[in-house]
Amino acid sequence: MNQSFLDYYNIAPLLATIHEAMCSVMPEWLAMTLEGIVVGVIIILMYALLAIVLIYMERKVCAAFQCRIGPNRVGGKGGLLQVFADVLKILTKEIIKLKKADRLLYNLAPYLVILASIITFSCLPWHNGAQILHMNIGIFFVLAASSIGILGILLAGWSSNSKYTLIGAVRSGAMIISYELSIGITVLTMVVMSGTMDIHGIVMSQENGWNIFKGHIPAIAAFIVYLIAGNAEANRGPFDLAEAEQELTAGYHTEYSGMHFGFFYLAEYLNLFITSGIATTLFLGGWMPFHIAGLDGFNAVMDYIPGIVWFLGKTFFVVFLLMWIRWTFPRLRIDQVLTLEWKYLMPLSLVILVVMTVCKIYGLVF
Amino acid sequence: MEVNLQEIVFYVVAIVVAVCSALAVSTGRILRAATYLLFVLFGTAAIYIILGYTFLGAVQLMVYAGGIVVLYVFSILLTRSDKDMKYKISKPKLVSVLLTTLVGAALILFLVFTNGFVLNSIPQAGELGVKEIGMALIGGDKYEYVLPFELLSVLLLACMIGGVLIARKR
Repeated sequence: MNQSFLDYYNIAPLLATIHEAMCSVMPEWLAMTLEGIVVGVIIILMYALLAIVLIYMERKVCAAFQCRIGPNRVGGKGGLLQVFADVLKILTKEIIKLKKADRLLYNLAPYLVILASIITFSCLPWHNGAQILHMNIGIFFVLAASSIGILGILLAGWSSNSKYTLIGAVRSGAMIISYELSIGITVLTMVVMSGTMDIHGIVMSQENGWNIFKGHIPAIAAFIVYLIAGNAEANRGPFDLAEAEQELTAGYHTEYSGMHFGFFYLAEYLNLFITSGIATTLFLGGWMPFHIAGLDGFNAVMDYIPGIVWFLGKTFFVVFLLMWIRWTFPRLRIDQVLTLEWKYLMPLSLVILVVMTVCKIYGLVF
Repeated sequence: MEVNLQEIVFYVVAIVVAVCSALAVSTGRILRAATYLLFVLFGTAAIYIILGYTFLGAVQLMVYAGGIVVLYVFSILLTRSDKDMKYKISKPKLVSVLLTTLVGAALILFLVFTNGFVLNSIPQAGELGVKEIGMALIGGDKYEYVLPFELLSVLLLACMIGGVLIARKR
């Protein structure tokens, strides 16, 4: 099979050239620092831009599922500037200081949530050679870093000094900790299949077929379990108990205002994107193009589409699936949520792990 | 000017760890203490990652920051915690605390000065591969640890069964 398509969009040589050029005019540590700052700014910019895109998409998708039009006044025909207007508005809002709250923890909590989100965000494989945080334990690091966010939620709930926020925080804490198990086990399933934890390695192992096709039954089952658990992990969909409006006003971020609330909101949408991005990486081949064995002409055309388009396309497809789930199913009760995880999803994911291991040993996966 | 980026990062992380450790034991509020402890654990994970042992760094984040501290915070949330714990420290206690601190500091300084600073022995080879770690954990040869690994799994299993037994309604 001709693998040259892996090379002509590879931007690693370009980055290496830039690095060499910078090293020739300045010491290496300065070059490294400057590159770090530039990459950091790019990450934050992408983070903010994707949040805007996702919020707009959520509104339109939600409207479509409820037979409405959605935003259509601000900025021309489709209401394209609506979200920008909302962002500007939230930036001008006052950040209220609570009396009798633990000021330090209250101010710290949103940053913990956003920190966890940005760290996991920068582990995603955007393009060939464009992985930002690249280490040989990649996917495990993603799981580890995403478990920081729960602390932000717990601290936010406690430090606001209110019953609603406390209940919301404990609920979402219990939920996220539970669903982390299923996510961990399904990710482990795919690690068993790929034989590596390196995110770049996982993507590269799918160059002759996406994992969901190569792993057939166990991979598809793992994909479904991952989507359910990922939806819960992002505090969305039928699992948004933490902010069940009817009972808890807004859950753990009831007392937050202005941009501090904005951070929670941003992190929620980006966690949705990250969950989808990891699903894309593990099951749908990351930035690998779609190939059908035998159709060489078709495959060659697919190869000309750059990796980032593939990655974003697949990720937004999974985001759409998750939004579909969110706007279709009613919210579960907290005991139902925990029962679903502990009695059904976790045993199921363990079974999937065993099946996948057996398939791998006997060479039943491709 | 010879600047080693690794060195700078190490000193920054070390200062963060030292300051947060001091704050964790000196603050009066229990949830703040847990939060400072969290930052200490972040710092430790960062040091492992500087050393190229990314696996241990991620384990540190996952088990301690994402597991143990969450457990602490949960138990603080679910129990009645006093807003301010202003303990009066009695004089003999204070003297013994100071003495212990001094002895501990002397011991650590002695170790550092006799063995040289660990910064000089940072491996430059990069990351430690997961495969090597896995092989070392389940191998039976010298410097391989299958026996402790299995013993620990039995211990953890016993803990889990014990936990289930305690939590079970009768």
